Amino acid sequence: MSTRREMLQQGAALAGLMAGLGLLPGAAQAAWNAAAFDADSPGELARVLGLAAPVESREVTVQGPEVAENGTAVSVGCTSTAPGVRRLMLLVEKNPNPVCAIYEVGELVEPSITLRVKMAESSLVYAVAVTGDGRVLFARKDIKVTAGGCGG
Amino acid sequence: MTQATIIRAKAQGERTTVRVLMAHEMESGQRKDTAGRTVPAWFIREVSVALNGRPVLSAQWGPSVAKNPFMQFVLKGARPGDRVAVSWVDNRGVTRTDEAAVT
Repeated sequence: MSTRREMLQQGAALAGLMAGLGLLPGAAQAAWNAAAFDADSPGELARVLGLAAPVESREVTVQGPEVAENGTAVSVGCTSTAPGVRRLMLLVEKNPNPVCAIYEVGELVEPSITLRVKMAESSLVYAVAVTGDGRVLFARKDIKVTAGGCGG
Repeated sequence: MTQATIIRAKAQGERTTVRVLMAHEMESGQRKDTAGRTVPAWFIREVSVALNGRPVLSAQWGPSVAKNPFMQFVLKGARPGDRVAVSWVDNRGVTRTDEAAVT
């Protein structure tokens, strides 16, 4: 069992190696942002990441089922029609670690990503889009879960 | 020991739909074992995608991503034969890279 320090060093060495091989884009070389993953609202997430206050917008949509029978894997999509989207984020409000993913979207990728996430219980799910000019837009969807996916 | 990431990249004109299925426990850190001890969190936390060696998409993930993560996205302008590489790093520092051709 290695210590946390050793693990962090190994992780950093590995990231450095991957960066050298050109496998990691700049954004991914930043340390994993533990504080961001505890944020339970778009406002809190934007604050932790040093972004502008989020605005609810029709330029962002959350795709997902109305009711998920199995909370261990719920397919959730995050799409934005706003111009110049650089970042897409997914957040499940009631999860112990609400933030699921923070994507850095390159120019060759459409700003629409689907991911299977765990849902501990019925919750609001937020999709957040950040544009190149610093706008932070979000949308939400209520997803009901009949069997949770995080606990025992 | 890690298992291969399954990558399917299908071109339809200018749009290439990429489906990625990774093999990982994605332990949330919330679950308890039969003895009542909390199972430590173990999850992929960085993902990156490259097209012909050029980075196009990267992500930080939390433990809320489902076990054996599946994600889907659309690449613009990829051609059949182009190489799509997907890499991940988990919170133990384990890494894996797999590659597939656009069809």
